Parts: sequence; C-alpha cells; structure tokens
Amino acid sequence: MSLRRWTVTLLAAIVALMTIAPLLWMVSVSFMARGEASQFPPPLLPDSPTLDNYRMLFGTFGLGRFLANSILVSTLATALALLFTVPAGYAFAKLRFRGRDATFRMLVAALVVPGQIGMLPLFLELKAMGLVNSYAGALIPWLAGIFGIFLVRQYCLSIPDEMLEAARIDGAGEGEILRRIVLPLLTPIIVTLALFVFLSSWNDFMWPLIILADQNLYTLPVALAAMSREHVQDNELMMAGAVVTTLPVLILFLALQRFYLSGLLTGSVKG
Amino acid sequence: MQLTRRQITGALAGVPLLPMLGGCGARGGDGLTIWAMGNEAASLPALLDTLALPAGTPPIRVQPLPWTAAHEKLLTGFAGGSLPAIGQVGNSWIAEMAAIGAIAPVPASAEHLLTDQFPAVVDTNRIAGKTWAVPWYVDTRLQFYRKDMFARAGYATPPLVWSEWKGALHKVKALAGPGNYAVLLPVNEFEQLLTIALSSGARLLRDNGARGAFSEPEFKEALAFYKSLFDERLAPIASATQISNIWDEFAKGFFSIFTSGPWTIGDMKSRLAPAMQANWGTAPNPGPTGIGSAAPGGSSLVVFSGADRTDAAWDVISRLLAPSAQLKFQQLTGDLPARRSVWAQAGLAADPVVAPFATQLDRATALPKVPEWERIVTEMQVVAERMVRGQYDIDQAAAEIDRRADRLLEKRRWMLDKGHAL
Amino acid sequence: MSAVGRKSEARAGWAMSAPALAAITIFFVIPAVASLVLSFTDFDIYALADLSNLRFVGFQNYERLVENPLFWKAMGNTLWFVALGVPFVVALSLFAAMLVNSRWLKWRPVWRVALFAPYVTTLVATAVVWRYLLHTRYGLVNYLLSLFGIAPIDWLGDPHASLPAILIFVGWKTFGYNMIIFLAALQTVPRELEEAARIDGAGWWMRLRHVTLPAIAPTVLLVSILTVAAMFQLFAEPYVMTQGGPAQSTVTILYFMYEEGFKWWNLGSGAAVAFLLFLCILAVTLVQLKLAKRGGAI
Repeated sequence: MSLRRWTVTLLAAIVALMTIAPLLWMVSVSFMARGEASQFPPPLLPDSPTLDNYRMLFGTFGLGRFLANSILVSTLATALALLFTVPAGYAFAKLRFRGRDATFRMLVAALVVPGQIGMLPLFLELKAMGLVNSYAGALIPWLAGIFGIFLVRQYCLSIPDEMLEAARIDGAGEGEILRRIVLPLLTPIIVTLALFVFLSSWNDFMWPLIILADQNLYTLPVALAAMSREHVQDNELMMAGAVVTTLPVLILFLALQRFYLSGLLTGSVKG
Repeated sequence: MQLTRRQITGALAGVPLLPMLGGCGARGGDGLTIWAMGNEAASLPALLDTLALPAGTPPIRVQPLPWTAAHEKLLTGFAGGSLPAIGQVGNSWIAEMAAIGAIAPVPASAEHLLTDQFPAVVDTNRIAGKTWAVPWYVDTRLQFYRKDMFARAGYATPPLVWSEWKGALHKVKALAGPGNYAVLLPVNEFEQLLTIALSSGARLLRDNGARGAFSEPEFKEALAFYKSLFDERLAPIASATQISNIWDEFAKGFFSIFTSGPWTIGDMKSRLAPAMQANWGTAPNPGPTGIGSAAPGGSSLVVFSGADRTDAAWDVISRLLAPSAQLKFQQLTGDLPARRSVWAQAGLAADPVVAPFATQLDRATALPKVPEWERIVTEMQVVAERMVRGQYDIDQAAAEIDRRADRLLEKRRWMLDKGHAL
Repeated sequence: MSAVGRKSEARAGWAMSAPALAAITIFFVIPAVASLVLSFTDFDIYALADLSNLRFVGFQNYERLVENPLFWKAMGNTLWFVALGVPFVVALSLFAAMLVNSRWLKWRPVWRVALFAPYVTTLVATAVVWRYLLHTRYGLVNYLLSLFGIAPIDWLGDPHASLPAILIFVGWKTFGYNMIIFLAALQTVPRELEEAARIDGAGWWMRLRHVTLPAIAPTVLLVSILTVAAMFQLFAEPYVMTQGGPAQSTVTILYFMYEEGFKWWNLGSGAAVAFLLFLCILAVTLVQLKLAKRGGAI
C-alpha cells in the first residue's frame, strides 16, 4: 500500500509543479539580466540574479504609482462593496418588509445578466456625471454587487430568528442588532466577501481599461497591458512587472485561502 | 434605527470623496501633457531636453500610447473629456478628430510651420478650408525590389509606365522559375490597390465625400490592372498571414517586388543576410503614363480643442518643428522629417534607398478626408479580394464597392443635409 | 411582536437594502436597459460629439451585424472556444480533482492550493507570462515539445495554433476553480461504493464510468455550463496575447463588442452585440436550469 501512496503523491507533485511552473519561471526570469531569457534552450535560473528589472520598473516606468493606484482602488472597492452589500444581504435574509421576496427574486434573476451588457451606456452615464477618467468611475461597478448580497443572505439564513427577537424584546434598535449581534456572527463571510472583491477588483481589466484614460490613474493590470504592447521584446522586464502585479494577490490568497475556498463553494451554487 | 442611519450617513460621507477622486484628470496641474505613440514617444523626452525651452514654459510630460491602442485611447479621451494639450495623431485620423471637434485648427501664428513641407501631406490635414494639424514626420509606400532579378531581366530599375512595368514583371517571373511570382499583393491589404487607384487618378469619393466614385473609369482602370496581375499569374493569390516571413520569401525569390514604407528599411538591413544587402533597392510606384502616386502617411502634431494653455502648446509644437529639432528627431527615431530642407541636412536626399520616398511624396495624393474612410477602404478590399478570386467581374466589383461605400456614408449624407458635417 | 416593532423592522429592512438597490438600479439595471434602447439607435462618434446627430434606426444595427463577416468570425471563434474549451477544461479539472481526492494522497492541502493558485493570479500578468512561454523560438513550451522531437509551433502567430494556444492558457488559469467544485462533489460519493466495485474487479476506467461519473453528473453539468459562460466572456486573453489576431482568429464576441464600442465608437452597434451576447448566455443558463431540474439537482 505504501508504494501506491508514494506513486499517487508523486503524480500529484508532478502535476502541481507543472501548474505552478509558469509562476516560478516568471519569478526566476524577473531576476535575469536583460536578454538572458531569449536563448535556446531557455534558461531556468538566472546566471547572476539582479534586481535591475525592478529598479527600472519602479524608477523609469514609475510602477510605484500604479501599485499605489491598485491598492487604493481595490481597498476602496472592498470597503464600499461591504458597506453596500452586507446590510442589504442581512435585510433580505432576516428583516420582514413588503416587497422583499419579490425584489430578491428579481435580483437573483439579474445574476444571469453579464455585467458587460451595460458597459457602453454606463460609460455614457458616468461621462454625464463627470466620472470618466477618475478613480470613482473605476469603483462604481463594485457598488452594484448582487453576488455579494446573495452570498451574505445565504449565510444570514442560518442565524436563528429567536436570537434577533430576544434582542428586540430587550429593546435593541435594528441597527444595534446588526452591529452587536449579526456582524460578529458574519465575520467569516465578510472576510470571504472582502477577499473576493479585493482580488476581483485587483485583477479587473476591461472596465479600468475603458474608464481610465490618464496614465496617472492606471491600475497595475492596465499599465502592464500597455507596457507589454510597447516592450514586447523586454522579456525580463515584463516578468518583473507580472511579479509585482500578481504577487500581492497570491500572498493574500495563500494567507486567507480557507475563507476563499469555502466561499467559493457557497458561491458556485449561483451558477 | 439609530445605527442604520449612521450607516447611511457613513455612505453619504463618502460622497464628497467622489469629486476628489474624480479631480485628477490629465489636464490637472500646470504642466503640458503630450500624448505620443511608439517610437516617437520613446524619443520625445530626449528630444525635448535638447530644445532649450524658454523659462516660464510649463513642465512637459510625455504619456506614451501603444500604437495598437492609440486610436481608441484618443477617442476615449475625447469622450471622457480627458484629452491632454498636445497629441501625435496619425494623418489618417485627422478627418475624424476634426469632424467631432476634438482638435483645434492651426492658428495664424503657427501657419509658417506648414511651409517647407510636402504639399500632399499638408493637404491631407486641410479640411473645410482649415488646416487642423502640423505634419511631424512623413511616410508613404513604394516598391521594394530585387535589383539582381531586374538586372538579369535587363532593367536597372523597375520601369515606371504600367505597360512596361508589367512586361518587366513577366520577364522576372520567367527568371524566377516555376512556383514563383514577380510581385506580392496580399489580397487582405488595401494599400496596394489604393496605390494603383491613386496612380490612375481615381478620386475615390464624389459629392463632397458623400458617395463612392468607384464606378468611374479611372477606378475601373485600376481594378482591371490590379486583377490582370493575378490573372496573368504575376502575383500569388495569398493573404499577408500566409506569407509568414516576407523577408525570407523575398530573399528566396518567391516574389521580387513588394510595397511597403520607410519602416521596412531597417528590417531589410537587419533581417536580410549580408549577401542579400546589395540586391535590394527602392523605387517609386509605376503609373499609367509615368511615375504613379501614393497615399501620404505619417503623423502630425495637434492641439486638442479646449486645452488650457493653447499658446504654450503651439509654442512647443513650433519648437518641435524647427529644422534643427527635426534633424535631431530624425537621428533619434529614423523617421522621415516633414520639413523638406531637413532631408538634405540629414543626408537623406543622397541615400539611394531613402531618396525615392521624397520623389514619391512629391507625387502623393491626399486621400478622401471623411471619418468613414478607413472602413470604406476595408470594404473595398473585401470586394477586391472576391473579384480576384473570381466572384465578381470588374463592373460588378466596382458597383459593389460603391454600394457598400454609399451605405457607410449614409450618416454623412444625412449630416451634410443638416449642415452638421465638415 | 408589537405593531411598532414590525414597523421599525420594515423600515430598517428598506433602509439597509436601499443603498445597494439604488446602486444596482443606477449602475446596473438602467445601463442594461439603456443598452437595449441604444442598440436601436445609430449612436456613433458624431452623436457623441453632438446628440442632435442621433437617430433611431430600428433593427438596422442587427441587420448589419448579420451581414458583417467579422461578427460571424467572432461568433465562430467563440463557438470554437466553447466546443474545444469545455471538454478540455472539464477533463482537466476532473482529473485534478480525482487526483487530489485520492485516498492515498499525502499532504492533500498543499497540492490543492498549488493547483488552485493560477486561478487567483492576475489575468493580464499571467497572459503576459504565457505569451513568453509560448514564444516560437525561446518559449519553454516549444522547448519541452522539442525534447519529444516536435518542431517549433508558432503558437501566437499561426491562425490555426492561436486559438488552441489561448485555450491552453485559459485551461491552466481556470481548472483550479472547477477542481474545487468537483472535489466537493467527489467527497459526497461514498467510498464503500467504489470499494465494492474494486472488489468486484472493476478497473480504474470502469469505476470512473460506472460509479464516479454517474454520482457527480449534476456537477459535471454545472461545471460545463459555468465554463461555457466563461468562454463567452473571454476578452483580456486575446487582448493581451494576440490582439485578436492573427487573421482575426482570436476575435471573441466580447472583443468584437469592445472594438465596435470603444475603438470605433459605434455604440449603437456595440450595444446590439452586447445584447446578442446576453441572449447567448441567457439561453445557456435556461438550458442549465432545465437540465438541472430534470436531473433533480435543484
């Protein structure tokens, strides 16, 4: 039996290695000297590791600015998304008000509609509001997170009604109940949702590409895509750019993967 | 309720943040921003350093745009009101930018920049009686040919009259052997047919750019000549993607002429084997009775309408167009300068590979100046390819191109009727 | 429960959901409906400059799309992505899930995270990485193939290889997500069932076909549908890796919409494309619901 154990584990290790090989290679090439990777056969490790590419990225190309933009946009997107969706998700699960179920059914139906369908009119709308080419414009889509409401509602359904009734009888206001009783119970799903929104807004490409015209406002993916069209031949430099872009989210995921994976299973019911 | 209210207040408290977040557009600050593309953007900072701008000139920032995304960035910038002060704009986009009111006409104080230029290029930028942009560098397309093949066929250079040119191609094809051809005209590229049409004097559009003029005799003559090159098996019926490496195929003798622009000179020098270097040259395009025509290309500098510091912007453009700056620019980028006098200084007029471009630019013809033009030529080529493949004869193809052009121009006709179009 | 309590509860319910509902209405519902309206106009660059240049044109945008070869090319490409991509991604993720689910596997969480990692990486960044991995002369992929005596493939330059090249990347990027879903389903398959089949002498393939697959059939369906929807929404991959080329072999529906809308500013026509895209996804989802109901998954 032990042989079988080792065979399976070895197979898994090989598959896992092949899967993360592109990421390892990305990191390795980012430390190579310019032009070093353009050889045959392609080198796997840098001859003499150098930080030149990173120096150039943050110096000449001002990548620090894009990194700061990305951090700002993703943080604000996360905060705003939580502020808008958590109370709504709770209300749809636990508070009885007229039109609640009909509204919620419409929201679930709206999940089918891809966000891209309204992109062109949304651009015109934001143009009218003067929000094109601004961080605010980039943040807007994260306010309308139906999926977040859905996720929070699913989780809230497991809160026993008696608990809330007891608090009401004790004279607590609805807001107080949300803050004192519900929010602490919701911590896991809030972490999950925050992680989802942060990662998705960090990785988002199409909308920031459209809405941000000024280079000073570019997020990392938009800046990287623009750079990669201009510097196709600078393999090592682009790899360093890719590392800076993707490493923060990868680390965040590794640190909080438990929340991410469990949330993913709740979410996949969405279909 | 108390906390809910606080939450709403919290959400509302974020609202004043929005203008703050929105308040950092490209026009913010005292500086002048220049949007430029590719090579030119890369060289611009060094060029600006040599300009010795007078004290009081606002700080200049160059924002590079990738060529492949430049057109959409310009239009998005216009739509979002985030265009900078100065921009590099491809000459073929000027009509569109002017029609939508994105660029300001050249003021009287800068008109002197339009002298010492190639007339056809300047004409490209003249729409509705005004000039909208100052040509910065120029290019056009002409023939790259195999000197050795033409020498063996008995010609020092390709003849410049169509009938003789075609006769030479027949000889070259015979020399090149079975399976090979004389000229490459990729059936998915419109530039070759367009060059032939301009050479035959076709005006392409009529009625102030409101309708196609593709059924007029000049264009039909061009179509017939184009088609005959395929029918007589002088050109392969192939699209550009089927020719994976045009330098290799050119060196191997698959074809001995192809049409391209000055950007190909560097590629020829770096990609062809040293032994091949003596065997290629450039020549002006042939025409029905002598040197033919071509479409003027290149980029111009514009000041976008609504920019804050227009005077400072035009001042910077003036300095960029000064002959000394043009010379420096040519050295940095290899681009062909827009100012004629710089050609001699840069030694371009004496360079046998580059000099034909000046000859050709002197005989260039401005393309129709309507925003729909790029889509019209794309349709033209779709029809031309089908004609070459035998789906249409010449008359049918001409009528079909007219039909498609007229459909694309429908909106323009409506706007002309209302007096809205330039 | 007092009447007063009821009232304040209802008020709180509205207050808490109002900000989100307002945002959804303003930034999602209105644009989506406007998109349909826009698709019946000739909103273009002229109208953008001056709204008086806008006309209602009925179904003209749709008629022209039907006549536009590039639209059909984009549709065809997207269908190829679906036809090749869905079996590829499903097989890949199912294989990974079964491997990670194996009872003999040691250090399971490590492998699970490693296999999932590509999914959370930034798409644009990894697309850039893969563009170099797929480089004709210096790419690792062609190097590995050369070890098996396979001649270099011009992955991103040959119109026949470009679509599979992007699919390899998409498969690598997304299989981890589907793997997690499969893993959850596999864990509900009783071990005893498989054990019994093994004792009966059923081989690996027989057990997969007759025990495992029937047990997780609804999940296979779910993953397939999710993948179809994802394939309809490919955009950044061709944008970064091929810009729709070579010879428009990687122009997807969404890429086409982006070019119509934000490159040529034919917003009317772009909105028509968006609406057709929506109809495609809606159709897929309805089929999903129907099949799922019949299968008793919901």
